[in-house]
Amino acid sequence: MTTSATEPLAGATTASSSPASPRNRLLPASAWWIICTCLAILFVSPLLISLLSSLKTPAAAQAENPTLLPDQFSTENYQALQGVGVGIGSYITNSVLVALGTVIGTVILATTAGYGFEKYGFFGRRTAFMVIIAMLMIPFQAVVTPLYIVLNKLGLHNSLTGLTLVYITYQLPFALFVMRNAFAAVPLALEEAALMDGASSVRMFRQVMLPLVRPGVITVALFAFFAAWNEFFAALILLNDQSKYTLPVALTLLQGSLLGQISWGTLQAGVMVSMIPCVIIYAVLQRYYVAGMLSGGIK
Amino acid sequence: MAETKEIAVNSSGRKALAPRSSRRSRRSGPRRSQTVGALWAAPALIMVAIFFVLPVIYMVYMSFQNWPLLGEHTFVGLRNYTDALQDPRFLEPVKFTLVYTLLIVPALLVAGLGMASLVKAKRRGSGLFRTLFFLPVVVGFAAAGYLWLWFVNPRVGPLPQILRDLGFGTLQDPWLGTTSGALLVVCLMVLWKFSGFTMLLFMTGMQTIPDDIVEAARVDGAGRWRMLRSITLPLLRRTIALVVILTTAGSLLAFDQFFVMTRGGPNNHTITVVYAIYRQSFSSFRLGYGAALSVMLALVLLVISAIQLRLLRSDDDD
Repeated sequence: MTTSATEPLAGATTASSSPASPRNRLLPASAWWIICTCLAILFVSPLLISLLSSLKTPAAAQAENPTLLPDQFSTENYQALQGVGVGIGSYITNSVLVALGTVIGTVILATTAGYGFEKYGFFGRRTAFMVIIAMLMIPFQAVVTPLYIVLNKLGLHNSLTGLTLVYITYQLPFALFVMRNAFAAVPLALEEAALMDGASSVRMFRQVMLPLVRPGVITVALFAFFAAWNEFFAALILLNDQSKYTLPVALTLLQGSLLGQISWGTLQAGVMVSMIPCVIIYAVLQRYYVAGMLSGGIK
Repeated sequence: MAETKEIAVNSSGRKALAPRSSRRSRRSGPRRSQTVGALWAAPALIMVAIFFVLPVIYMVYMSFQNWPLLGEHTFVGLRNYTDALQDPRFLEPVKFTLVYTLLIVPALLVAGLGMASLVKAKRRGSGLFRTLFFLPVVVGFAAAGYLWLWFVNPRVGPLPQILRDLGFGTLQDPWLGTTSGALLVVCLMVLWKFSGFTMLLFMTGMQTIPDDIVEAARVDGAGRWRMLRSITLPLLRRTIALVVILTTAGSLLAFDQFFVMTRGGPNNHTITVVYAIYRQSFSSFRLGYGAALSVMLALVLLVISAIQLRLLRSDDDD
């Protein structure tokens, strides 16, 4: 899965590998460093300053004319998150459950369906694929009203299970796209050899295919995780009970309950709790993330 | 048209992934059973049927009804649609969403293009800068919105403080207190959060520009500006089209950033189309009306996506 597109973003691996040829040097080296460093500061500083602010004492975080660095480091803002709604612990648990459910569900459905779509012809295959393409065109935001009613009738409204099922479904078009590509890349000779040995469809899938499409599975899993962890709109509409909120929706409690008197330190702590897992996962698995983004060409 | 293959090739860097080869493998491959294939695909298709196909059909049905949250719904024909076309609570958001789109799409385009040209070459540090520029993309919209809400707060926010330190003391009014200020702040936030994404699209587009063309132009004495105008931009036109379409579709669906940062204010001047649908369906509980608005939004998105698909398909043809 080292591709021309993904490798460059995996900073450390290529940063020092090959010297730039002269034609790439539109700018003198010093100017290039200055511009890039300034831009990097613009992109990263809001995250860093917010992190620092979340580590101030609540009073310091609330003070006018803020300082950049905390006078003294404190975890009080994070402790205060316990007092938000039913407590930050429940919201983290909800988010983790929904994200894991979405990841597992999406991976299972997209690999099985990707295998079926790519390696078999079946009645209605073209139509089914057209419908899935249509899902890319009509995203969740456009069908939220009827979806709310449908979930209501199924008894799945205001439920983390319902939300997870919705996330899985709307993650499928992209995931299926990635998995179809992955299965298409499996050499035909390997399949034929397995068939000669009398492998069944299931054995073929598990022993021949799955090991070979692993990079695709990781991409799909990553995207499902980010989508479910960060999603706001569907969670806002489909969950009514405070105790069922996921992290992004729980953040609204920080703003709402204290309207006019927002506890800024607590808010930053909440932002950090929802943000840091994404940053870490991205840092570790970024080449899969970027590969997926490019193969989708979308979202 | 070799330069236009970015999507097909970059999907894995291997030609083997192109649709053509997959079709061949299905035809000439080992015997395939119809039923077995359908069984493999069934679980995913059932989900799609329940949570997508059914709601879409239901949406069209609902849009012809007066549909309160509780109680009976009644058929009203096209009234929801004709109402919508005269309803300022829908038309104003349409206008605002278009203004927002017209601002943010060019901004993301230029930022992505500029950043991609900066870090596309392999040189010491470029990999690190790419990673840093891209970092905000992985942050959720809600978290990013709350971060910026604080970041620009006139009392406690770091940005006004920095401006005060630099001597711009007069900028102390709440920036989110005026419509244009709020729009500007949201655009800044989205630019911060999303230009890493357009950068990435442009980087892959630029990788497909053949080196010899660039070399030839340089030998001919083309300057930096001439190079951009005569080589880079024409050869990137498909990437540009892709970026414009993706960011347009994205901004037409904008909701999170406005819900979090402006709550639609001041005076409901920053309500987007999706926000208007949300209010009609889930605050006013006019679900039939909300469905009619959704149908219109979906139609617009269908048109945009059809253009997108056509562009991607002509990429595969060459």
